Formats: sequence, structure tokens, C-alpha cells
Amino acid sequence: MKKKGILLLILALALLLIYSPILILAVYSFTDATSIGFSGSFSVQNYITLFTTPELSQMIWGTVILAFAVAVLSTVLGTIGAIGAFYSKKRAQAVVGVVNQIPVINADVVTGFSVCILLVAVFGFSKDTYFPLLAGQVTLCAPFVYLSVLPKLSQMDPSIYEAALDLGASPAYALRKVVIPQIMPGIISGFAMAITLSLDDYFVATYTKPATFDTISTYVVNATRGSQTTIKTALWALSTIIFLIVLLIAVLGNVKKRQVRDGEE
Amino acid sequence: MKYRFSRKQLAIPYALFLLVFVVLPLVVIVYYAFTGSDGRPTAENFIRFFTDPNTLGTLLYSFILAVVTTCVCLLIAYPVAYALAFSGLKSRSVLLMLFIMPMWINFTLRLTALKEILTLIEGNLAFHPFLNSVIGMTYDFLPFMILPIYNQLERMDKSLIEAATDLGADAPGCFMRITLPLSMPGVMSGVAMVFLPAMTNYVVLDMLYNSTYIMGSLIGSYFSAYDWHGGSMISLILLALICIFTLLTKDEDGGDMRGGSLI
Repeated sequence: MKKKGILLLILALALLLIYSPILILAVYSFTDATSIGFSGSFSVQNYITLFTTPELSQMIWGTVILAFAVAVLSTVLGTIGAIGAFYSKKRAQAVVGVVNQIPVINADVVTGFSVCILLVAVFGFSKDTYFPLLAGQVTLCAPFVYLSVLPKLSQMDPSIYEAALDLGASPAYALRKVVIPQIMPGIISGFAMAITLSLDDYFVATYTKPATFDTISTYVVNATRGSQTTIKTALWALSTIIFLIVLLIAVLGNVKKRQVRDGEE
Repeated sequence: MKYRFSRKQLAIPYALFLLVFVVLPLVVIVYYAFTGSDGRPTAENFIRFFTDPNTLGTLLYSFILAVVTTCVCLLIAYPVAYALAFSGLKSRSVLLMLFIMPMWINFTLRLTALKEILTLIEGNLAFHPFLNSVIGMTYDFLPFMILPIYNQLERMDKSLIEAATDLGADAPGCFMRITLPLSMPGVMSGVAMVFLPAMTNYVVLDMLYNSTYIMGSLIGSYFSAYDWHGGSMISLILLALICIFTLLTKDEDGGDMRGGSLI
């Protein structure tokens, strides 16, 4: 069919546009070329530089640890917030819902700047304590966890919780054993979202981070201003590794989904 | 009386958290925006923004950049979303995944890749700053436009098109009078998710050597100068723009926000 051919062509072109920069960079990360378009011979020097330069490995591990810390805190806060709000009065739930929406729609620049001005200029926290950075990123991420947990609560069958209470479970015990397992998919996707947001964040980090600490985003932005080619090409290697990790996660996720679907059939 | 746990109480820590880290910063911003460096209330920051040709020029430039970026994103994203929804492919979820995946790669690294390609094509990035910024932002924000439109088209009742065809509508008529109007909520949330970052994400401009300021860069420059008052005023103006824009593009379902399309 002619129409289907055109639609497939559109998809293929779009994917080509989206992926060609990343893939071309991936190819060049395995050469000793310092710019794309120049020929170079095969070399893994970029990968060696990436893993052996202390500055680079510190920045990568710092970003990963920060993302996990932020995601754990955001997931705990957002989840208990969603459970609490769901069982509160309608009006209280509406107020929490509206305030929760602010960091979601707000520009990250404004979120980062406003948290920085509150904690640093008004309360006088030092950025070196990492507290402004953690607080800022949790402010960015927790509302997304809240949003991903809330729908799972309304999909839940409330009579199971009541049955648990009737059978003698304490409310706290029933919450742990009945409610939490049922909303687990929402909690997990909230956690994954928080990780992604923290890893991708530039604006909150740049306004709240200690001067000596860098995340991948702030480091890359500073590196593009500089002219050190070894660092520049080592970042190509980093980009390639992240792309491969993301690809692996996507493939695994797809296989898992297919298994679940086959199991249901 | 014995303490008794109730699920409602779980809302208290989160409500406090929102109060301290979301509401209070906004209050502080309003306070700083309308005080001078001596701490006295003043509208000077406000007047300065709206009378200085530089800041007004920045507002105009970011507005034009955001409009152009949003249009380009829409022109690319709509056909892609349409093709995804109507291709009838079995492996749609895999294809969709391919369009979401770039969002999991750090955006500064993706921009680095784009920058290398653009440098190769143009030689020197400094010659086309506006064009490069539009390309960079489109590259960065495109998935945010594709996903809400795709979700909307996917939910659409396809039998409406068959009915219209049976009743004698031709393909363009069908699209203009059925598919397009039904996909509008998705288009609106896509527009909201691209337009606002396009006015504020100054990192794209920085990385592609466009030295012109947009609204976000103003906050950055006030921040570097420790001018909390000026920075707060810009934040407040941005907040006002965001509020207006969100109300204008509000999608009845309200579901397709940034996070909805992330995973």
C-alpha cells in the first residue's frame, strides 16, 4: 500500500535524524580523531582517558550517587505524600495536588533559582553541605513520584485493605502488606523517573551545587567552553557508554514486558 | 488517649515539604522582586525590566525563538506521531521506545553530538546562531511534542474515519474535520511542553555558541552577579508567563505533563 510506505518513510527519516548524531559520535569515539569528519585510526584512548582521569570518574560517580540519593528520598516522600493525600479530605487533596503541580510545570531555572535563594540567601546554608543540591533536586523529582503513585491508588480495590483490618491487621501493617505491594508499579516508575530527571538536570544543580562538585550536565557545559580536546573526546566515549546502557535497559524492559504478556495469554 | 495511626497523617510530611520547598521559595521570590538591595520595598526592578530596551529585546528574542522552535517541532512531530499511530505496525511499542530513548541520555551529551555534526556541516557555528538554536532546541524537545500527540491519536476512535469515508468524505476532508480536531488536546500539551523550555533553556544556546540572551540566561547572569533582586523579578515574570501559558493550553485530561511522556 502506498500510504503505509509513506508513513514508514517518515518514521525511518525521523529516527535517522534523531540517532545519527549519537551514532556518528559513537563511531568517532573509537578513533583518535579530534573532530568529526577527520579521518583517524582505531583507538580506545578516549575510553582509557574517561576511566583513568580522576576528575572525570569523580564527576561520573558523583552524578550517579546523587541521582540515587535524590531518587530514594523523592520516592519515599512522594509515595507517602500520595498515600496520605489520597485518603485525606477532597479539599486537602486538591490543595496538595495544585502545589505539587508547580515544580512540574515550572521552568527548572526558576525552581533552581528559587530554592537557591531560599536556602542560601535567606537561611544561610552553605552550598558545600550538599543540602541545597539534595533539597533542590528532590523538589524537582518528588512531585513526579507523587503523580505516578496517585493513579495506582485509585485503581486499587479498597475492600482488600478493609478485609485486612477486619482480619485483625493494624492499619500500619495493612498499609505495608496490602497497599504498598499493590501500588508498587507506580512507585517503581516514579523512582525511575526521579533517576532520569536527576541525571538530566542542569539548572537546579548549577544553582545549588558546591563549587567543587560537578554533575555530568554541569561538567559537559563547562567543558564545551574550554578547549581541552582530550576531555572533549573522552566525553564522546561517555556519551557512547550511556547510549549503550540506555539501549540495554530498553531491550531488557521490552523482553520483560513481552514475557509478562505471554504469561497472561 | 492512645495514639492511633491513620493513613491521612502520611500527608503531613509531604505537605510540609511542599510548603517549605515549593511555596516558601515563591514567597521569597516575590519579596526579593519587590525590594531593593537596601531591603526597602520598591517597584524599581519591575520598572527596570519593562523600560530597559535590552531586557525587552531579550523577552522578544526568547518569544520569537520559542514560537519558531514550537512550530518546527510541531511540523516534524505531527507527521511522526501520525505515522506511529496509523502505520498499523505490530511493533509499535518498540518504535515508540525508540522515540523515547533519547530522553534518557543526558541532554548536554546529546547536544555535544549535535554540535559536532553542525560544526562539520557549517564549518563555524557562529554564522547561524538563531538557526542553530532552533535546531538544537528542536533536537532536544522533539519527543515532548511527539508523545502527547501520539497518545491522543492512539486513543482516537478509528471507526470515525471509516464512517466519514463511507459517507463520502475524501482523505484530506477526513483529516481536517476529524483527525486534526480530535488530536488538538495532544497538540496543546505538546506546545506547552516545548514552548516554555524554549524560552528558558539557555544551555542550548550556550553550547551552540549563540551569545544572545533568552529569559533563562537573564536569571543566570543575575545569579552570577549575586543580584537576588533582579533574578527574582525575572523569575516572577517567567512564572507569570508560565501561569498564563498553562491556563491557555490546559488539556482537559491534564495527564500529559513532562513525566507522563518520560516513561
